[in-house]
Amino acid sequence: MKKKVLLSALALTFGLALTACGNSGSDKAADTGSKNETAAAKSSGDVFTIGATGPLTGSAASYGNSVKNGATIAIDEINAAGGVKVGDKTYQLALNFQDDEAKEDKAVNAYNKLMDSKINVYMGAVTSGSSLALTDLTAKDNILQITPSGSAKDITKNPNAFRLCFTDPLQGKMIADFVLDQGYESVAVLYNNSDEYSTGVYEAFKDELNAKGQSALIVNEQSFTNDDVDFTTQLTQIKASGAKLIFVPAYYEAAAHIVQQAKQQGIDSAFVGSDGWDGIIAQLTDESQAEGAVFLSPFLASDPSAAKFTDAYKKAYNATPDQFAADGYDTVYVIKADMEKAGSIESDDLIKAMTEIQVDGITGKVSFNADGEPNKEPKFVTITNGEYQLFDNN
Amino acid sequence: MKVNKKTIINIVIMLLAYALVFVLINSGVLSRQYKSLIVPICVNIMLAVSLNLVTGFLGELSLGHAGFMSIGAYSSALLSIALSNTFPPVLAFFTALICGGISAAFFGFLIGVPVLRLRGDYLAIVTLAFGEIIKSIINYLKITGGSKGLSKIPLYSDYKNFTVVFVIMVITIVLISNLIDSRDGRAIKSIRDNDIAAESIGINISRYKVMAFVIAAGFAGIAGALYAHNVGIIKPGIFDYNKSIEILVFVVLGGMGNIPGSIISAIILTLLPEFLRGADNLRMLLYAIVLIVMMIFNNSKFKSGLSLNRTFRKLGREE
Repeated sequence: MKKKVLLSALALTFGLALTACGNSGSDKAADTGSKNETAAAKSSGDVFTIGATGPLTGSAASYGNSVKNGATIAIDEINAAGGVKVGDKTYQLALNFQDDEAKEDKAVNAYNKLMDSKINVYMGAVTSGSSLALTDLTAKDNILQITPSGSAKDITKNPNAFRLCFTDPLQGKMIADFVLDQGYESVAVLYNNSDEYSTGVYEAFKDELNAKGQSALIVNEQSFTNDDVDFTTQLTQIKASGAKLIFVPAYYEAAAHIVQQAKQQGIDSAFVGSDGWDGIIAQLTDESQAEGAVFLSPFLASDPSAAKFTDAYKKAYNATPDQFAADGYDTVYVIKADMEKAGSIESDDLIKAMTEIQVDGITGKVSFNADGEPNKEPKFVTITNGEYQLFDNN
Repeated sequence: MKVNKKTIINIVIMLLAYALVFVLINSGVLSRQYKSLIVPICVNIMLAVSLNLVTGFLGELSLGHAGFMSIGAYSSALLSIALSNTFPPVLAFFTALICGGISAAFFGFLIGVPVLRLRGDYLAIVTLAFGEIIKSIINYLKITGGSKGLSKIPLYSDYKNFTVVFVIMVITIVLISNLIDSRDGRAIKSIRDNDIAAESIGINISRYKVMAFVIAAGFAGIAGALYAHNVGIIKPGIFDYNKSIEILVFVVLGGMGNIPGSIISAIILTLLPEFLRGADNLRMLLYAIVLIVMMIFNNSKFKSGLSLNRTFRKLGREE
């Protein structure tokens, strides 16, 4: 007993010593980092650091990496063009991106790490859960927070927080309006009930139909959970219901399986999806399987207005940019416009100027209201001949 | 416990450890990143020590520890949200903590009674299934916020209230190590070493198995409650089998049936991913490599050589 208590106490002190060492170590790292920055600042004006967090590892890693890559391209473009002019000073932009593994507790650590190394504005988090865990912290630090892709409603509840993407409820509402516009007689829904994004979009979709008195439109509701790959049971039920349209608010991996299995069962209903569908074509073995499917998306890589970004992205990362990359890219330009408008890099001025700017980005023209929500037009994208095309309403 | 020189030394060391952290936090030496790690370290120590009771001392492999943690986290969070307007914070927090511990212990009892009739691999699989069931149920319930998670949990146990977390952690360690050295603890260990022999000398195997399981679940519940009140948002996805495995890794790395080992490995493995932040994209790869190296070291001749060393032996000698 004595030995154990003694050893545990020893272990504790050991651990604390470790913490202390780690601290001094990280300070050193931060020092060298800031030395580099000051060196850069001497040669080409001052540095404005954008801190960001998002998943760079783990199952959601593709989102974080896309945002990081997109933001890097925007920063390189801006710096190459001479930086951002704020008043009589010119700032070079720098990005400090920390991994949060899409986990709330890691996001808090990552954000605190950013604050230790001094950032001017916080871009993040990439995922909803992490953003929610941080929103009160950023408010306490009174730093401008812009999430490129966190879609949960409460993220922007504080006055210092803004978002670039659509909220889940807004997406559900817009898709419901779209379905009503197109005059479908019956809809079946297949959603992921263990995913907040999917359930959020679906619930808003249902609410909007209820509000319009069209709740009878939904003839069948089926659900699945994360990592499901077999949707035969659900699709059999949907087929039996005879729905003319299948609404799948989900990410592209699941959507690809669903579309393929529906075709194998001989279901010829149309598909409509949420913005998670972006990237579905690369997942399909036979591109004709998704022919005619429509989904909401803020960004279309083949759109002429995004050509410059798409080319730069392809050159740098050898991949077609997705909407997360576009969100990251646009967020940097929003920050640039905000700095210019504010005429200062003080957080208070930056936050105040957010509602006064308008940015013509690759995800559309966007301005922000006082609630922190973006005003921008949705784009509907359809898959024609194995390519993403803007949906033509006529 | 007799009050003698060693006890006093232990108490002094505990107090010193506490004072050190206290000074580090308040003098501003510690960066924000490491301040935010103090509570997770304490939570992980509690999880590792409590799982060690089942895995190391009872000798049963449990892969559902995160399930008990989630029960504690959710029940305490729901209670403290409900109480936050009417009760003073201190009272609300302690009620929530106790509620978290008791409800996790209750579920430990529910699952323990039928399941502990199984042994070895069978028990491991059933606990794994139990963790997944809990996760699914939380996902379906309305009151828990489903997959969106439960947010706006009052931050009662963040690093500013580090004292409370530290005290609870010390209580956990002392209670569990005292239990192990008690008559009941020896019964638990005898089941691990040879259950037939234990039964033949009149030890009620089922009773002690359930007892160890319930106590471990209860402390995991309290750890979960501390976790919830530190982060402020909990989602069912956090408490999946990966979390259970993570806790098991703490225990295995520290050594089965070795409480100081669990504490050290919980500290190291919580800090390690944060140390490696500089490595950027290679971070988790490095983490895995360091884990392998540490596991090999743990089994190496070098380490057993170290433990034969005079000074080290003196340190760990029983009086």
